[in-house]
This record gives sequence, C-alpha cells and structure tokens, in this order.
Amino acid sequence: MKGMTIIVKKTTQLIAGIVFLYGIYIIIHGHLTPGGGFAGGVIVAGAFILLILAYGSDFLKLVKEEAGSTLYENLAVLVALFLAISGLLFGTRVFFLNWLPKGTPGELVSAGMLPLYNIFIGIEVAASILSIFLALVIFKEEISK
Amino acid sequence: MNPLIPLFVVVPLAGAFLIMILGRFIKHFDRTLASLILLFLVVISFYGLFTTGENSAVYRVGGWEPVNRIPIGIHMVLDAFTIIILCIVNLIGFLSVVYSISYISRYTSENYFYALFCLMVAGMNGVVLSGDLFNIYVFLEISAISSYALVAFGVERDELEATFKYQVLGGLASFLILFGIGFIYWKTKTLNIADIKTIFSSGYDPKYNLLVQILLLCGFGLKAAIIPFHAWLPDAHSSAPSPISAMLSGVLIKAIGIYVIIRLFFNMFAITEGMAILITTLGTLSMVVGVFLAIGQWDIKRLLAYHSISQMGYVILSVGIGMILISRGVRQEVAALAMAGGIFHLINHAAFKGLLFLNAGAIEYSTGTRNLNEMGGLAKSMPATSATSFVASLSISGIPPFNGFFSKLIIIIAAVMARFYFLAALAAIVSIITLASFLKFQRYAFYDKAPEKIKNNIKEVPFPMVFSMIILSIICLLLSLLAFPGIRETILTPATDILMDPSKYTSQITGI
Amino acid sequence: MTLYWLCFILFLTGLYGVITRRNLVKIAISLSIMEFSIFLLLALVGYVEGGVAPIVDPSDPVKTYVDPLPQAMVLTAIVIGLATTAMLMAVIIRLYRKYGTFDIREMKNLRG
Repeated sequence: MKGMTIIVKKTTQLIAGIVFLYGIYIIIHGHLTPGGGFAGGVIVAGAFILLILAYGSDFLKLVKEEAGSTLYENLAVLVALFLAISGLLFGTRVFFLNWLPKGTPGELVSAGMLPLYNIFIGIEVAASILSIFLALVIFKEEISK
Repeated sequence: MNPLIPLFVVVPLAGAFLIMILGRFIKHFDRTLASLILLFLVVISFYGLFTTGENSAVYRVGGWEPVNRIPIGIHMVLDAFTIIILCIVNLIGFLSVVYSISYISRYTSENYFYALFCLMVAGMNGVVLSGDLFNIYVFLEISAISSYALVAFGVERDELEATFKYQVLGGLASFLILFGIGFIYWKTKTLNIADIKTIFSSGYDPKYNLLVQILLLCGFGLKAAIIPFHAWLPDAHSSAPSPISAMLSGVLIKAIGIYVIIRLFFNMFAITEGMAILITTLGTLSMVVGVFLAIGQWDIKRLLAYHSISQMGYVILSVGIGMILISRGVRQEVAALAMAGGIFHLINHAAFKGLLFLNAGAIEYSTGTRNLNEMGGLAKSMPATSATSFVASLSISGIPPFNGFFSKLIIIIAAVMARFYFLAALAAIVSIITLASFLKFQRYAFYDKAPEKIKNNIKEVPFPMVFSMIILSIICLLLSLLAFPGIRETILTPATDILMDPSKYTSQITGI
Repeated sequence: MTLYWLCFILFLTGLYGVITRRNLVKIAISLSIMEFSIFLLLALVGYVEGGVAPIVDPSDPVKTYVDPLPQAMVLTAIVIGLATTAMLMAVIIRLYRKYGTFDIREMKNLRG
C-alpha cells in the first residue's frame, strides 16, 4: 500500500505524538476520570495506525513490527496476571486483592493497584489492536503479490 | 480446596500467553507445556472430586465480604455438580492435547493451536466455576472465540464456510444471552446468582419471568445445539480438525450450553410447569430428529455430529422430566433418579463421543478420506483403532457392560416410574436406531473388503494418538461403575442434591 | 419507556440485516448493529431519576449518582464485541481469497 501525499505525511508527524500523549493521559487517569485501560489503549493504537496509514507499508518492515507487537501484548498480559496473583502473598490471601496503600481520593497516586492494572491493560490493548491491523495489512500484501 | 479454585482459570490463561512468547524460540516447547498444564489441571480436578462431598467452596475474588448478607463482588463457587464437569473438561482436554501432538504436525503454525486450546480450556473452566451472571458471559465469549479460530485452523474452503456459519449463529446466541442478562439486572439490580434467587423467590411476575426464561433458553440453547437451534453443529463439528471436534462435541456444548441451562433453571429461577414441558419437548425432538438425520449420512464426522444432537436430547429429556416432577411437587425421589440419569449420561457422552471423534481422525489420518463408501477392511491393518472404535460404538448404542447402557437404563426407568410411557418408548426406539447406524459405521469402515486404491499402504497411527484412544476406551469401561450404589453416593448424589434443594445453593453463599 | 422500544426496534433491524443480506460484509455490519442496540439497553437500565455521572468529586460529595455497574458491563461487552468483529473480518478476508466473491450464495459446499 503506497503512502499518501506530503501534506498528510507532515501533518501526521505533528499530530501522532499528541494523540499518543492523550492516550497515555487517559490510561493513567483511569481511576479519576472515565476511560481507563481499554479506551486509552485503543487511542494509543490509533496513533500508531495513523503513522502506518500515512507512510504506507513499503516504508516500514511490517513483519518485524508484528512480531514485536505480539511480544509486547503477551508480556503485558503475563505481567497483569502476575500482579493479580501477587494478591495471594499479602493480606487475606485472595486473588486480585488491592494491597498497595490507598491514598486520599482525587489524587493521582491513590487507589492501590488500580493505576498499575490500567497501565498494563492499556499496553496490552494497544498492542493487540496494532497486531490485528498489521496482520490484515500483511495478508493483503501477500495476496496482491 | 479454597486456594485451588482460581488456579483452574489462571494456569491455562498464563500458559497460553507463555506458549505464544516462547513457542517461536524453543523447539518443542508448545506441546510439552500444553500437556503439562492440562495434566496439572486433571490432577487438581480429581483431587477436588474426592474431597468435595456435600460442602461447596466459595471463593470471593478481591476479598469483598458480604455487607448486610448481600454479596458484593464476584464469587467463584465450586460444588458437587461443578466438580464433575471440571473433571470431564480437563480429562478430555488432556487426552485431546496428547492426541494432537502427532495430528497437528500436518498443519502449519502449531504454537497458535496450543495457545488457543489452552485459552478454550481456561474459558470453559471459568464458565463452570463462576457464581456471577456476567462472569459466565465473559468466559463464555473467551471460549467461543477461541473455538471459532480453532474450527478454521487449516484454512480450506469447507472449514472457512463452517466457521462463518458458526460465528454468525454463535454471535446471535451471545446477544440473546446479553439481552437476558440486561433484563434480569433491570429487575433485581444485582448480578450474583444466589442473590437473584433470593429476590426472585420473594416476588413473582409471571410474564416477566417467562420473557427472561425464553431469552436465556434460546441463547444457551443455540450454544448447546438443541433442535430448533442446531444448524451450525454438523458443519462446524465435521470440518474442524479431529481433536477440536472431540473437544467441541465432547465438552464445549456441555460446559457452555447444558451446564448453564441446568444451573440457571434449577438454582436461579423457580421452575414453572409450562417451562418444564417446553424443555422436555425440545429434548424429545432433539433425540428423535437427530437420529433420523444421522442415518443417511455417509461422511463419518457428520454422522457423529448428528448423533451428538440426539444424545444431548437424552440429557435434556431426563432433566426435563425431573423439572416436571419438581414443579408439580410430587415424587421427589423419581425426580432425583431422572436428574442422576441425565448427569450420568452427560459424563458418558463426553467419553464415548470424544473417543469416536478421535477414531474418525485416526481413520482420516491413515486413509485420507472421510467417506464411508471409499474405505473398508481396516480391522486388520489398524487394530488399535478398530478395537477402540468397537468399544465406543457399543457404548453409544447402549449395550452392556459399557457405560451407555447404564445411563440410558436409568433414564428409561425414571421415565417409566414417572408414568411418561410414551417418552420411555421413544428413548428405547431411538437407542435401537442408534445401534443400527453404528453397525453401518462399523461394517463399512472396518469389516468390509478394502477397495483397491487404499489396500496396501495403511499403517497404524503414531503412538500419542493410540495412547489417547486406549485411555479413553478404558475410561468408557470404568465409567459403568458409577451406576453401582457405593460409588454413586459419593459422586452423583451430591450433585443432584445441590440442584434439587432450593435453599442449599444460596445458603452457602449468602449465609456465610 | 419509548427508549426501550427503540432499542428493541434497532435489534430487529440488525436481525433483518443478518437474515436477508447476501454480501458477507453486510452480514458482519448487521451483527454489529444488533450488538450496539443491546449496549444501549444495558446503559439505559442503570438510569436513576435526577442522577449525575458517577464520578466522585471530593469537594462536593453528596448527590444522586447514576448506577455505574451497567456502564462497566457495557465497557466489557464492547471489548468482546470488538474481538468478535475482528475474528469475523479475518474469516471474511480468507473467504474472499478462496472463493473470489463476497456473495454468500456461492458458498454452498457443505450440504446435507
């Protein structure tokens, strides 16, 4: 798939970083404002997909990109599961226990384990949506050859 | 048993993602890790079978204690009915993974297969263990999406068309289930099954209850392939690779279809007589129509898939008889017998149908065809396959001393004692027609003269496949011991007690 | 009350699309319309008269909030719907490569 015109390329270079930062803001403030892991992850994936759409797929080596994004996805889920299991070691020994100290409500560093879960689920959702998109693009490349 | 409950879901889930990471670096990592994970699950589920008697274990995820005797948070409940289904799921899963060590080597990208298989087992374990209505939906979707991908694993024309049909109908089923969950939440404002039971038993609005029950019955009936909703089953089960057919037909339609129907209708809703008669009618229709559609088939796996519909009809029939007797409030011991017969037939069907699908896969692996007209005389060249197939065919037709005989006997006796003579006669006639169909299968596949083009190069299948088939046939013989009074008391009777006694399930959860 | 009837009419519209359309992609889009109608129903179930969005502001604590549990259910169900649609689209692309057409009447290999 060929890239787009130079106006689109320059605008995407400026905008993609802002979209990425906005996605990270939504992920990290998941316990204070609406959003959280899922919605923020989709926005972060959107930043990467914007870059791939603007620059075209001959510019990037997409098969290596896909191997990398599936690796991030699986690692993030394993870390999230490990955090859930770590509840078995503290306190009343149940799964998914919220064992970090909960601060005052309304602060950024508060509510125990929730920001950690949000971050890793955000990474996982972003990586998996990117993997889906890359798999479809790679398949289309292989058809048209 | 308390700390072992979340391991049933966590271990296969972690294993699936670990196989995806390390599977492309280390050579045979995926098959050994999948086998080890499922072996571990088999060991802890059998440990649970012998330690869970009358008491059930409740695991509160996140540690949220009930406030004013109202449960908050998600509960995972392990009681006597659950542990039976967990044993079946993990055992057939383990034997299918061992079988697929040599079967899947003919496909490409093997590590995706083992990862999706572990995800499917994790989803089924989650559905069976959950005590919360929306949690059932989430785990049901996990196992269903994994099974859509597994049916289409070798991407040929047949498999893709079958999985498209399966996906559209499965998606429709999920939306109906979510619709039902939305309606239940509207009235009760809670999602915990025991708490919904407490609220439903105090007030009773018949039209609302009828709407919710019909929606949930249609949704889960589509997943369980009862007769008006069976259209996806023959295509999906015959086009999938053989270990996946054994898993789909042996455990998936039971764990996410029939188990949830039995659990919701006995432990959540108050049973009305109209609904019980509807369920019994659907069971009878499944039994009869399934076997008549199966007689004319010449493709082995389509024949077995139609027989799955018929045997599931037996289970629903006996559960329906139990429901009719409970709703009329008479003859509780006959209802207990009918329920025990139904659950026993569920266990038996997983064993012999899994074995039959694994045999069909072995035949296809050796001869390369699935059409009964093109094969014959395999009894001499494939001795292990033909012996285990003989055992499985006798089991499904209900010949003593194999397990199918005892479970069908209990169902027919319960129907006669409840004075449903017509249903008992139908059950016996369907069993005879099943015997006719499997005699045809045996004759054309194994005991005929071999046609010329496949005569000389048939060998026995490799060792992992033979190992799984022999273990399953030994299990078919051992399961007939469940009908005897000593063993039945420890395994089947606590399951029927939990289902039939209306207060026993809720007192474990809200009383603590 | 009319809002609930409208959700149901949207569900029936999606169901009509799944049954009568011949193009594979249109069947997938109708399936998406059906699931969105159920998300609307679930989000409507949690409405409380005079309630505001369930975000706790520490300086202004006591108010009537709208029920947040159906909103969490809808978030989870949206992600599940995304996974189902992605799976369906992957199968549709493979089907197009095998048969060369999107018409569902051409794919009649499995019969009987």
